[in-house]
Amino acid sequence: MSGEVKAGQDTSRAPSSQRIQQVAAPPDVLQMIGGQITVTIDGTDVKVPMGTTVLEAARQIGIRIPTLCHHPDLCVAGVCRICVVEVEGQRTLQAACAYPITGSLKVKTHTRKVRQARRHILDLLLSTHYGECYSCKRNNNCELQSLAKEYGVDFYRFGHVTESQYPKDESSYSVIRDMDKCILCRRCVRTCIDVQEVGTLEAVGRSNRTRISTFLDKPLAGVVCINCGQCINRCPTGALHANDTSDEVWRAIDDPTKHVVIQTAPSPRAGIGECFGCEPGTPLTFQLNTALRLCGFDKVFDTNFSADLTIIEEGTELLGRLYRALVKQEPAAFPQFTSCSPGWVKYLEHFYPEYIPNLSSAKSPQQMFGAVIKTYYAKTHNIDPKDIVTVALMPCSAKKFECNRPEMAGSGFKDVDYGLTTRELAQMIMEAGIHLPDMPKSGFDDPFGDRTGSGVIFGATGGVMEAALRTVLELVTGRKVEKLFEHANIVPVRGFDGVRYVELPITQVADEVPALIRHVIPTFEFLKGATLKLAVAHGTANAHKVLEDIKAGGKLSECHFIEFMACPGGCIGGGGQPIPTSPEIRAARARAIYAEDMESDVRKSHENPAVARLYSEFFTDGPCGHLAHELLHTHYTARGKHIG
Amino acid sequence: MQPSDSRKTPLTFDTIEPGSGLAAALAKSRADIIGEVSASNLKGRGGAGFPTGTKWNLAAAARVHGEAAKYVICNADEGEPGTFKDRVLLTAYADLVFEGMTIAARAIGATRGLLYLRGEYVYLRPHLEAVLDRRRKAGQLGADILGTPGFEFDIEIRMGAGAYVCGEETALIESLEGHRGEPRNRPPFPVNTGFMGQPTVVNNVETLASVTAIFAKGAAWFRGIGTEKSSGFKLFSVSGDCDAPGVYEFPLGITIAELLERVGGTGAKAVQVGGASGQAVPASQFGRRIAFEDLATGGSIIVFGPGRDMLHVAKNFMEFFVEESCGQCTPCRAGNAKLLEGIERLERGACSSAYLNELVRLCETMQVASKCGLGQSSPNAFLSIVTNFQDEILGRTPADR
Amino acid sequence: MLVSQQQKLQEEIRALVARHGRTRAALMPVLQELQEKYASITDFAMQVVADELGIHPSEVYGVVSFYAFLHHEPKGRFQIRLCQTISCDLAGKARVAKQLENELGIAFGETTPDGRFSLEWASCLGMCDQGPALLVNDRVYTRVTAEQAHRIIEECRSVFGAHATQAAHA
Repeated sequence: MSGEVKAGQDTSRAPSSQRIQQVAAPPDVLQMIGGQITVTIDGTDVKVPMGTTVLEAARQIGIRIPTLCHHPDLCVAGVCRICVVEVEGQRTLQAACAYPITGSLKVKTHTRKVRQARRHILDLLLSTHYGECYSCKRNNNCELQSLAKEYGVDFYRFGHVTESQYPKDESSYSVIRDMDKCILCRRCVRTCIDVQEVGTLEAVGRSNRTRISTFLDKPLAGVVCINCGQCINRCPTGALHANDTSDEVWRAIDDPTKHVVIQTAPSPRAGIGECFGCEPGTPLTFQLNTALRLCGFDKVFDTNFSADLTIIEEGTELLGRLYRALVKQEPAAFPQFTSCSPGWVKYLEHFYPEYIPNLSSAKSPQQMFGAVIKTYYAKTHNIDPKDIVTVALMPCSAKKFECNRPEMAGSGFKDVDYGLTTRELAQMIMEAGIHLPDMPKSGFDDPFGDRTGSGVIFGATGGVMEAALRTVLELVTGRKVEKLFEHANIVPVRGFDGVRYVELPITQVADEVPALIRHVIPTFEFLKGATLKLAVAHGTANAHKVLEDIKAGGKLSECHFIEFMACPGGCIGGGGQPIPTSPEIRAARARAIYAEDMESDVRKSHENPAVARLYSEFFTDGPCGHLAHELLHTHYTARGKHIG
Repeated sequence: MQPSDSRKTPLTFDTIEPGSGLAAALAKSRADIIGEVSASNLKGRGGAGFPTGTKWNLAAAARVHGEAAKYVICNADEGEPGTFKDRVLLTAYADLVFEGMTIAARAIGATRGLLYLRGEYVYLRPHLEAVLDRRRKAGQLGADILGTPGFEFDIEIRMGAGAYVCGEETALIESLEGHRGEPRNRPPFPVNTGFMGQPTVVNNVETLASVTAIFAKGAAWFRGIGTEKSSGFKLFSVSGDCDAPGVYEFPLGITIAELLERVGGTGAKAVQVGGASGQAVPASQFGRRIAFEDLATGGSIIVFGPGRDMLHVAKNFMEFFVEESCGQCTPCRAGNAKLLEGIERLERGACSSAYLNELVRLCETMQVASKCGLGQSSPNAFLSIVTNFQDEILGRTPADR
Repeated sequence: MLVSQQQKLQEEIRALVARHGRTRAALMPVLQELQEKYASITDFAMQVVADELGIHPSEVYGVVSFYAFLHHEPKGRFQIRLCQTISCDLAGKARVAKQLENELGIAFGETTPDGRFSLEWASCLGMCDQGPALLVNDRVYTRVTAEQAHRIIEECRSVFGAHATQAAHA
């Protein structure tokens, strides 16, 4: 995981007070001690590399030091002070998360002073923490609450606020902010500035008036926010949560006149088990199908189907662009950017609107599915689209904004009515009295029951690229992808490095273009001998790097196709996924996804029979055809950064 | 109405010929410059009392990262309540301060100096710029200073903007880098990783002027003044209930009683030593010495006459700390507010001894768990009235107000 | 703000950034100069500064809101800052404060409706031996009495000229 996006390195703009501090030691000293130092923590010796923090060293030997502002994805802050420990020879206690080991130390982690300080810090935080635990979204999953329990808080030593001090910001479709519950750990700030390079949230004011806020304290809907929800996933309390629409979904289920269908994306299926006590990376795809039917959903569909559809549309678009540019010498924007991550799309609309032509016009799988359900499915099943309610289970808070974009109603009806996060759906399942892991398995509903492994891997960074390549390479070269890459696993685009660049030479091309896309690209001959240049980026801080490189005419500007995911790790690390999140948890979810891909009978989008059927029965003018443009493609809004 | 000269005693600085300190320093090798400062036993005049020679030594040994250079920063963010000696120094002895910076630069190998002037002293800026200009023209700044080949150094004045916490050296650096003035985690220390990530020496105005004096008159001379552990003379900012408030110079080691005698403050009920972050010393302890081994201070002395309400004094201090806390760490941000609330309870006569004791324990937590010196020292004001004036603060009635 | 005014401000900020350097370390000097000239740092100015320095507007706002001497809200032409710290308190700042409020008809933290005066508290001004002390913009007054408060205000008012004073009374 070494290459994973980690804040605080090269491009960080975080204040130095919150940056990883490099401790420079003369090389000869390092040599002398072999770079390893022995420290004694609570009487136990542990050997650690120079620069390791006391917190990390303690964890290595199973000593638990409580933390609040510390997060494995983020640079050091050292502000909550809950992790203070006694370091021999130091007058004051030291924050274990921020104290680098550069010499041998003796540390004590639970002396009277330490225990008193921790208890006081909790008491102080609780004195300004307004709200009752039982009416909080994070009840039983709150780091402040569990520390209060751990430290035996049974009364409010320094009092407790009895009325709200801040209005709740509920302006956003995606993210709700409740400063009353904020403990000012600044994880959200570090996430928003360092990991995402969006800078929506920042510490504002000073003294005990310090608050986390936006530019000029404007509501989230009125400032630059990409709705990615990464802040939610790192919030230790209930100060940030997604805009929950599960009540509306229940209402639709309860309404007998409504036909309620749900599509489930692969990432939530790899994550939802965590809400029920399963190990991260426990896939519950088919148990979930049963649970959803028990909850009362009329149909359960697999977003993989529309992911395959997306590949066909987006892949055709890419080939079309190549043909226009290379053969017809017409203008075509390169590199083509993926458009399935709504956080990324909004990031581009705000920060790089001049690159909107590069975005694929294909809708995301969520939206394509909604459009197909309210048209093709409604027609073939003889249901009035106005009576259909489409729900999407997504790992994402930005999907909530996406489904409310006014342009997402090509059929005359809202493509997707409600987007639910993994956490919200888990809540609904619990409310229905269902213990998900105990459910028997069941399949997806027809007519979209056919699915491929390509759709599954959309959930991990590099997955869309891999899925697209499986199809594009096979169609263009006329050879089975398995011949080019073992098991059709296009490993070079996988992994967690923030930006990955791959070149794929095309040495031979198929004699004939498949009929399905021949109207867009009559021949592949012009691609013979060409080298496809591709890149993958995840986390918008990395997107920022890529776009700056493109702007500067760097290597990445020569790419043909770039996959962008707003969230670190891709959808598996989405803002709607179970909390907590960490590099290890994301890796476990990714493993579940790639395993599901390997187990699939069909692993390439263009081989999905249901997709083929859809083109032969409904989108008869083919991918990127007239009807597809109406229903499966969209347009974007140049938003810019200026806040009026 | 117009400010008057604050000086109440002749100052040693009057006897230092500008230029003589720098010339003497430049005649020495870099190692000998640091050696001389170490030999003088000069300790930081801002209040913390860190040995200046040690600080310079660490910065001199620290490696520069990349191609940039080391920095010397003069901390002129004098914000401690009751302190104004740096204002006097910058007004009347700016040359000595800049000279001290130049000597520091020579010692550690810095090429750039910054003087961080508190926003409240913005009216001093034109004067300071003029002094810098004159020094540049005289070859005391710029390239090959005073004919020393390869010794290049210049000084820029940067303004603070009304934040007491920026007197803390890492907050000051944050501010210089364009951030909120929030103290950093330490280690690493500025001598290793300071301004722009480079080795940086941050010294107080008086420390730097004292350096110049040391080179003009010798480390042995300096060491001959004061006590064994607290060498040298020190400026004191005296205010409050005394006949002649102003800036005084005394050798370190002077007792409070002696000091009160000199400033016309005998009969005082208590003396605040070290400003808001220092402590209120009651009359019974006026025999104590002002020195690093007893009452360490940056030089702020506030005299409280017999009629003063010590709870009112503590309240003023706590209001100050609540306002000036950077708000970053929990103990300081929330703790100071709780202490102020406690004082308000005491004012109303509504604080139980049990709660007061809880607050005293909270003070202990703040002292050890806060991220920087502000939160570590702000409880002192609260603690000293609880310790020394308990009978005055408990069981108040409205008539006591 | 009119487009032409915005353009002018934008150019001005670009010039400031060119002078102080296109790095975040230039943020404070740039903001201080803007503040000195316009008595506050507007929404628009903050966004332009952010753009020019390659940081986010929220970061600029975070900085502006941190420092007592930087303002986002418009302040009066004359900013009066009375020291509230202990020595000035002992020397009688409370009566000076009351009289300043009386003279201006506003409370501390407020600005007169004509935009001429703002009244604020300051932490220690470093004039502890000559308190009570106050700053009028960058000019310092010491040993201020309640009686002198009136004179200080009049002195400022004279800057606006007799005509303006009459208008203010009307």
